[in-house]
Order: sequence, then structure tokens, then C-alpha cells
Amino acid sequence: MSKEIKINIRNLTKAFYKKQASVTALDDISLTINDGEFVCLVGPSGCGKTTLLRILADLETPSIGEFTIATGGEDRPLQSMVFQERGIIPWLTVRENVAFGLKMRHLPKKVVKERTDYYLKKTGLEKFSSLYPKELSGGMKQRVSIARAFANDPEILLMDEPFAALDEQNKFILQEELLSIWSETGKTVLFITHSIDEALLLSDRILLMSSQPGRIIDEIIVDMPRPRRMEDIREDPIVAGKFIRIWKHLQEEVQRSRLEDD
Amino acid sequence: MKKDKTVGRHDPFEIEQREWKQRQTKERLKQLLTIASPLLLLLLWEFMSRTGIMDIRFFPPPTAIMGTFIEMLSSGEMANHIGVSLYRILLGFLLGVIPGIIVGLLMGLYSPIRHFISPIVMALMPIPTLALLPIIIILFGIGDLSKVITIAGSVFFPVVINTVAGVINIDSIYLDVAKNYGADRKSFFLKIALPGAMPVMLEGIQMGQAIALLTIVAAEMMGATSGIGFLIWTSYKAFLLQEMYVGLILISFFGYLFSLLLRGIQKKILPWR
Repeated sequence: MSKEIKINIRNLTKAFYKKQASVTALDDISLTINDGEFVCLVGPSGCGKTTLLRILADLETPSIGEFTIATGGEDRPLQSMVFQERGIIPWLTVRENVAFGLKMRHLPKKVVKERTDYYLKKTGLEKFSSLYPKELSGGMKQRVSIARAFANDPEILLMDEPFAALDEQNKFILQEELLSIWSETGKTVLFITHSIDEALLLSDRILLMSSQPGRIIDEIIVDMPRPRRMEDIREDPIVAGKFIRIWKHLQEEVQRSRLEDD
Repeated sequence: MKKDKTVGRHDPFEIEQREWKQRQTKERLKQLLTIASPLLLLLLWEFMSRTGIMDIRFFPPPTAIMGTFIEMLSSGEMANHIGVSLYRILLGFLLGVIPGIIVGLLMGLYSPIRHFISPIVMALMPIPTLALLPIIIILFGIGDLSKVITIAGSVFFPVVINTVAGVINIDSIYLDVAKNYGADRKSFFLKIALPGAMPVMLEGIQMGQAIALLTIVAAEMMGATSGIGFLIWTSYKAFLLQEMYVGLILISFFGYLFSLLLRGIQKKILPWR
């Protein structure tokens, strides 16, 4: 893994102005993510993690500060986002959904077909390629979403709690599949989750956020060798310690915001 | 799975199969009810008219109306009326629907246009186009054009309003997806806005179809020399009530036919629903 900086965020602040109550969603966030790194952003709900992701995804503009995503000079989109469950488009078939980004970039038909076929196969969606999303299960829908993002071959991948709506069994399978595609492509991933287990299983590094104003308050390196299994995570005393550390932090944050609300 | 017998008990598949059959029979009975209700109404009408419970002069029995219809059909007079009316309906419908969709999409996609045009739409919508018929006849004459314009005017509004609603109510996550994956203006329109608005838009078109039929009859009552509405009106004035009923039933028939046709089209172009 190279140590080049892929994402560089400097003093990023985002406030939402409303007449009654203005909110500082993100407060002076600075961080760097290395090329090929898998980083999970964990924090209590409403801590601004989605806002941070949306800023990087160019769906929201920061109030102050800036960020850069390093490019390799090739014709690649800067980022692609894996949205939550409703993120695949119901009037496009599975194949059209996976090919969406490539078609939007007006790539040659042959390239579109090749890459779409590759990721349809990779995610086990070949058989379903001509179906519409309404006929798919939640897990299948998220496979489409992941395939669409990877097929687009972006510089970085942004994932907004992609597995939050899935049941435990499906979640494990999809996490494994995601890791397998990730290790093959070596993409830089920024992944939002509120599940500590998920963060420990997936990431190289976990960033902990505080709620309102959203700040990065802790960083946990997960250097456990891959491939990791859930059993290892539960059994390894070091990792278990990390779990407790994150858990305590989340508890404190929830308590704090509850007190402030009163 | 093969049928595996559970010892000493009933075969579960047999039980399920029996229940399935019962459900099938129930479904068929319901379909029968749908056919039965209009038939029953016609039978009741026939009976009451023939026995004199209802005045036969005002309510001629359905069989007599049917006879008159066949007479009119064979004299060739009928085909002309139907043809003219259908021509006007179709042309007026298209002339209302197509601008309705275009204006509706523009209003839905561009909020300044929406803010500018919506007060005009809202102010004009409650005015019945039929009330403007005298003016329309002065402007466009007593030929086909005035009827076509009247229908178009009535069809336009429900289509505009539903198209705007269709575009506005597209889930914002699809707009995010389009933006995130770099959709340009044209792709956004063709891949997101148009298909996303389509279901609600088609409801508006369905409403427009019904309004077109309501309008044609009234429009042809004033300043027309042919058409189903003309037939109804002149038959009424001459007290030829059997002929009048033929006209009314024709309108009802075409309304039903067009509804079925549009539903069919809807299924074809919205396979993802």
C-alpha cells in the first residue's frame, strides 16, 4: 500500500442556517486519507458524518475550508457514492443501473458493456441483469449500488451506511464481497457506519466523531491482518479493547447531547 | 419439493391445494360480478320499460335502442357521426396533451418558470372551456377546429398539473444519484425527470381522456352539423329518444374503451412499477 495522500481535508466547516436555530454540522475538520486506505467514520446519529460525505461527493458545499482529492491524471471521475438502500433507480434495470455512471460519462459502448458485465458477474447479478429493482431483495439492491460505484472506476469511493437496512446474515456476505472487490481494485474508501463491528471488520482506520458540532475526536488504527473474520474480532483482546473504547465514546456522546437538549 | 406423506395425518399439499382451488373459485366469482352488474341493470331497465313501470317514451327498452343502433349503422349515417367525433376527440386530445406535457415538464424542472406560469394556470383552470365556446366559435368558426380547440383547452389543465406534480415529487435521492454520477442536462431529462414523472403524468392523461369525452358532446351540441353530440342534441329536440340513447351509449362505450387502452399503454411503458 502506498503512503500517498489521496484525500486531504483542511479546516472544513459546515453550518446550516435557519431562522430559529442555526446548526454547526461540521466544525473545523482536518484530515488526510492515504491512497488505498479503507477508513470508517463512526459517530452518533446527527453528528454530521453524512454531511461530510455529501461535501466530498459534491452534493453540498462547505461553508469554510476546502478539500482535495488527488488524481492519477487518468480520465476518471473523482468520486462515486454508494447510497443507502433507496439509491438505485427504479425505472432502470439492474444492468442499466450498474452502467449508469459509465453511460453518463459517454464512454464507448464497448467499454460500458465490458465493465458492466465484469461487475455484474463480480457481484453475482448476472442472472438478474434484466430485472427491475422492485423484484430484488434489499441485499441485491445494495449489490447493484456497489457494482455501479466500482464500475465507474472513480478515484475514491464514498459509502453512506450501505448495509444499514440489511439483516445480519446478508450484511456479513455483502461486507465480505465488498472487501474482496476492494482488495482487488485497491480503491480508497470512506465508509460511514454506526456499527462498531462493521467498522472493525472493514477498516484500516476508524475516525470517531462527536455530535454537534461534528468534530473528529479520536482515531483508532485497526492493524489486524486480513482477511478478518467476525470470530477473530470478538476473540482478539486488543480489538475487543478497541471495541470498548469506541463503545464508551459513543455512550458519552449520546449522554452529552441528551443533557444539552434538556 | 416432493410430496412426502406425514404418517397418520392429512397430506399438507392436498389441504393447500383445496384452499388454492377455493381461492380461484372466489376470484372467478368476483369477475362474474363485474360482468353481472351492467347486465343486471340492462335487464332491469328492459323489464321496467316493457311492463310500463318506467314510461316507455322516456326510457325505451335497451333492445329497442339496440335495434335503432343497427338501423342507423346500416344506413351509413352512424359511421359518419362516430368518425367525425373520434377525429375531433383524438386531435383535440393530442393538442391538449402534448403542450400540457411540455409546459408541465418545464414548470416542474425550472422553478422560476413554475413561479411565473402557475398563477396563470390556476386562474384559468376553473373557467370551463365550454363557457368560452361562443368566443371559440367566433374565432375559429363552426367547423372541426372550434371543437378541437375546446377539447384541447379542457384536456390541457389536468395534464399540466399532473406533470408538474410528477416532476416535483421525484425522490430527491435520484437527483443526488444523477448529480453524483455526472449526468448532463440531456441525460438528466431523459433518464431521471421524464421516467420519474411518468406515472403521475399518465394519471393526468387518463383524466384528460375522460374530460375530452365530456367536452365533445357539449361542444357538438352548439354549432355543429355532425358528430355524436350533434346526434344526441338533434334527436332530443326532435324527441327521438331512442336515437338519443344510442348517442349516449356510444359515448359511454368509447369512454370505457379509451380507459382500457390507456391502462394497457401504461402497463407497457411502466414495466418497473
